Amino acid sequence: MSASVSAGGSGSRLVKNEAVARALGRRRHRINVVIKALCVAATILGLLMLSSILFTLLWRGMDGLGLSVFTQMTMAPGSNGGLLNAIVGSLIQTGIGTLLGTPIGLMVGTYLSEYGGNSPLANAVRFVSDVLLSAPSILIGLFIYALIVAPFGGFSGIAGCVALAVIVIPIVVRTTEDMLSLIPTSMREAAVALGAPKWKMIVLICYRAAKDGIVTGVLLAVARIAGETAPLLFTSLGNLNWSVSLREPMASLPVTIYQYAGSPFDDWVQLAWVGALLITFGVLAINILARVVLRGGK
Amino acid sequence: MQQAISTLPPARALSQRRQNIGDLVFATVARASGILVLLLLGSLIVTLFIGGLPAFRAFGVPFVYTVDWDPVQQIFGAAVPIYGTLVTSVLALILAVPLAFGIAFFLTELAPSWMRRPVGTAIELLAAVPSIIYGMWGFFVIVPVMSQTVQPWVIDNFGDLPLIGDFFQGPPFGTGIFTAALILAVMVIPFIAATMRDVFDTVPAVYKESAYGLGCTTWEVMRSIVLPYTRASVVGGIMLGLGRALGETMAVTFVIGNTNRIATSLFGPGNTIASLVALEFPESPAGSLKLSALLALGFILFVISFIVLAISRTLLRPRLKA
Repeated sequence: MSASVSAGGSGSRLVKNEAVARALGRRRHRINVVIKALCVAATILGLLMLSSILFTLLWRGMDGLGLSVFTQMTMAPGSNGGLLNAIVGSLIQTGIGTLLGTPIGLMVGTYLSEYGGNSPLANAVRFVSDVLLSAPSILIGLFIYALIVAPFGGFSGIAGCVALAVIVIPIVVRTTEDMLSLIPTSMREAAVALGAPKWKMIVLICYRAAKDGIVTGVLLAVARIAGETAPLLFTSLGNLNWSVSLREPMASLPVTIYQYAGSPFDDWVQLAWVGALLITFGVLAINILARVVLRGGK
Repeated sequence: MQQAISTLPPARALSQRRQNIGDLVFATVARASGILVLLLLGSLIVTLFIGGLPAFRAFGVPFVYTVDWDPVQQIFGAAVPIYGTLVTSVLALILAVPLAFGIAFFLTELAPSWMRRPVGTAIELLAAVPSIIYGMWGFFVIVPVMSQTVQPWVIDNFGDLPLIGDFFQGPPFGTGIFTAALILAVMVIPFIAATMRDVFDTVPAVYKESAYGLGCTTWEVMRSIVLPYTRASVVGGIMLGLGRALGETMAVTFVIGNTNRIATSLFGPGNTIASLVALEFPESPAGSLKLSALLALGFILFVISFIVLAISRTLLRPRLKA
């Protein structure tokens, strides 16, 4: 347009502008390609990290993985011990921790979704629960130490269970509230219209409809506490002997791994790798199971 | 008929009363559980504070800037672990944020749709690996690489530069502040990436499509449309990562070198609040001033993470709820 109207000088300016525009376009394109490549590289790096961890665990842990790991207690270095007491201790504490924490978390989630609404109390509970969800787990260990261990005479399995339960609560709260809030109001209205009291509506209709989501939350909580070390250091302490008493210090897989991995004995380090292999693949399997459950529900 | 009418009112009243009682009990239990959560956090704060009170009394405000940690002379200061906590966490974020952004960008805009779920799940699984595993992996895999390859090279090439050279000097132990930050970065990447991905997904497709329609490249859409639209929430996701990094214990304990000294070099050893508490706790008898100092450190850590998490939540909640 401008070329046809004006003569000479401005025509060459147009050519120049076009060249600039083309160069700019190339530059934009180049930046785009470079950044895309960097993003792909970042993702590959992330996946490499995961595979490096899993590969290291398999490589170092497979050698020591034998039947004796599951049949023998932890023993002095050099005497072919296993991890039986640690595995049992972990199962007990994870189980009781989940059983203690889940009902509380479920009720809190129910309160937030069905009763609290946007009241100041409900918002405060939501806020506090979110903070607890990401609060450093070592502080929860210190808290239970000062609350239960110190006043009631010593480290005990039950203190470990309570510490783990505190970690479970906010995880279950979050998923329960999210899942209950997805249930359509018409379903609730239908229940109420049939004459069901509110609590029956929640228990029989809402919980049933949100079952998959709630189970997912509980599974994620189990996966999280099964690998927790820091809170157990101050509560159940760890125990190299066989003990299933909740009043005694209790062994657990993560704490045993921590003690063994830092030791100078080769067979202990080897057992630490076996324990690490077991716990990581266990935790990852539960995580994947949780995702499958959630997806199956949709 | 006559009979039915006469028996109906009392039956209904009875069931009504039963319903009311059921509702009352259920509502009360639900509300009480909510209050229990409030009490839990409240008592956590109070317990840590009361436990740390003897140390706060003995040292006063200088507790937070005293660098000594001397159990023999009963002098305890929090400056070194506070410094270590902040430096490792911030360094970890500097390393993690670009990578997490790249992953989130890839997962929301670049990846073909069949790839999004498996890759996203794999990144999320990185967050599920227990922290003690990161500690072992860091100690047995990353530390040797750092001490034999990375650190000697960096020290040779950057150690003599003016101004920044000081950060890269000293013997290549492999452990230290930088390695701890590196492990922390790997640990927080999945949290930040997952949050960013969820936030990026909330941008209305119309906005992006109009930008593409104007001829924007993918990166330009990200920079000019998606990022400005989600800025607050992205910062919230980063703060969430920071909150995680601050309190990480087991992984850091394995690789930081555990020395109560402020090193100029990033390769120097140090400690963090969490690693100091985990290591010193077994040697702190109940009722000792040292134990109180550890609880006081726990209180300080709680205050720092509480502030960070509160900011994070304020920035994130409105976007992810909507």
